[in-house]
Amino acid sequence: MHIPDGYISPATAGIMYGAAAPFWFIAAKKVRNNLSGRTIPVIALFASFSFVLMMFNIPMPGGTTGHAVGGTLLAIVAGPWAAVIGISVVLAIQALFFGDGGVMAFGANSFNMAVILPLVGYNVYRAISGRSSATSARRLFAAAAGSWIAIVTAALLTGIELGIQPLLFHSADGTPLYCPYGPGIAIPSMAVGHMFIAGPAEAIVTSLVLAYLFKTGFVPAADQTQSGGAGRLHLLWAGLGLVALLTPIGLLASGTAWGEWEVTELKELGLGFVPDGINRLTGWWPAPLPDYGFPRMGAVVGYILSAIAGVGGVAVLLWGIGRTILLKGHRREA
Amino acid sequence: MKRKDALSQNIFSVTQGLESAITTEQYGRYNGLLQRLDPRVKLATFVVLTAAVSFTGNLAALAVMLVLVPLPGVLSGIKPGSLLKRIVLFVPVFTAVIAIPALFITQGDPLLSAGGHAVVTVQGARTAAFLVLRVTDSLSLGALLVLTTPWTKLLATFRWFRIPSLFVSILSMTYRYIFVLLHTVNNMFLARKSRTPGTLTAKENRKWLGHTLAATMVKSLHISEQVYSAMLSRGYRDDRLTAARFKLHYKDLLWLFFASAALALSVWTG
Repeated sequence: MHIPDGYISPATAGIMYGAAAPFWFIAAKKVRNNLSGRTIPVIALFASFSFVLMMFNIPMPGGTTGHAVGGTLLAIVAGPWAAVIGISVVLAIQALFFGDGGVMAFGANSFNMAVILPLVGYNVYRAISGRSSATSARRLFAAAAGSWIAIVTAALLTGIELGIQPLLFHSADGTPLYCPYGPGIAIPSMAVGHMFIAGPAEAIVTSLVLAYLFKTGFVPAADQTQSGGAGRLHLLWAGLGLVALLTPIGLLASGTAWGEWEVTELKELGLGFVPDGINRLTGWWPAPLPDYGFPRMGAVVGYILSAIAGVGGVAVLLWGIGRTILLKGHRREA
Repeated sequence: MKRKDALSQNIFSVTQGLESAITTEQYGRYNGLLQRLDPRVKLATFVVLTAAVSFTGNLAALAVMLVLVPLPGVLSGIKPGSLLKRIVLFVPVFTAVIAIPALFITQGDPLLSAGGHAVVTVQGARTAAFLVLRVTDSLSLGALLVLTTPWTKLLATFRWFRIPSLFVSILSMTYRYIFVLLHTVNNMFLARKSRTPGTLTAKENRKWLGHTLAATMVKSLHISEQVYSAMLSRGYRDDRLTAARFKLHYKDLLWLFFASAALALSVWTG
């Protein structure tokens, strides 16, 4: 997810520095106010730890290996603002010494991995773990879910930052000057890799390390301030609601989602031959809400209702899976 | 090395990280061309030239920089092999692989055609070249700065440029303790390897790696407490003092002149 120099334009790089700066400012202020000089070595050592963690190859189910960022883990254990500074410092060292991520792109990398990732991961953890007892299976599930959602969100942001480059920055003859791939390619390729490899790696590492820490009686920073933990679930719902309301933005985009072409569109794209199999499969699945629209309703309302229906469906499914896992955990403990 | 042997893989990557950092420190102590320059001038020119690489829309300028940038490095006593390994390995190779599809899918005028269809477009070739050259040029500049400037001087320079002391203190401490933790983890891996006949399953490996990481995290917390006591006992104040005193020489001004000329050239050529 580290963007090297050359992939984004100086203008984007500047804006991303601007986006990360207020968070650095708040983090520095919070860290200075909350604790004494003790914070400096704590953040430094955790940042070193996070650097070491990124070098670990985690064996994944399926034979591949992935590496974790540790942003959510750091946010849960040391607090979200300490994580913002810690991961930023790690990114600076990686950019300077290992060429991993650019210096111009440092603002963008920090915003994605050192700001959004720990803040999202921490808040999802707090929201899901609620008032559950410390060391409960629900907390481990919350940590895994938080890590996965956080890394996928950061990857999506990276995909958007890369994807807008060819649309905004090209020469007179149409040559893209920076990342050559538009949002149709950049966003899915960033998201898929992180949903299936880096995301699970992050979730596994966070929950394994937390499980060990719980066993040793260690109380993470996220659990030291109990007030407001459960109340944060509404924030999560508010965020989802906002995303649902924003879905009609898709109407502004022209063309079809990458990889979701219909047969006629495949021909327009220059594919002279459409395999028989695709032809036969066209139309076999009568979608209940074709193209996310409700009949006889405005496109905008249709989009929003479809989003709400989708979020509701996924929430019910996840609630069911979570409940099954919890019941299994309780049975094992009994 | 067996692919599934996560232990060996981790020992390998941890040791490689250590070695790469150690070679970095060695070059900083040489008495070469770039090492003799004022670190403030080096940092400023590095930022200016990286910005120039990012701003220019001229492929020829990027290609010229590709050849010119490593030269002062070689004149500063850095082995061309290790400079090349540092610059070309991984990121540009990875970028080149990423850039390949752009050759074929970018819309534009045909460069290579087959059967009446444009296979590779001029625009596709140019955008791929832009990406690879920009990435490689930026990496070369970064490599030169880091290889020829000792870490302590670089930190002092950050303070001179008014980067807040909180960040600089954490940065210096983080860098220092990365090595301590890497050594600790390396020893843990070797100890485990010496006690493991045969190979572990992926699940066993994951569990063990999780425990190793957690133990390292607990250790890092303990170390941070010791460091804090040590800081207190030495009368730490939240202000980073540095022994480095900087003075500009004519060489520095000459270097600044060359860097500004390069920037002007890149702006002038578009």
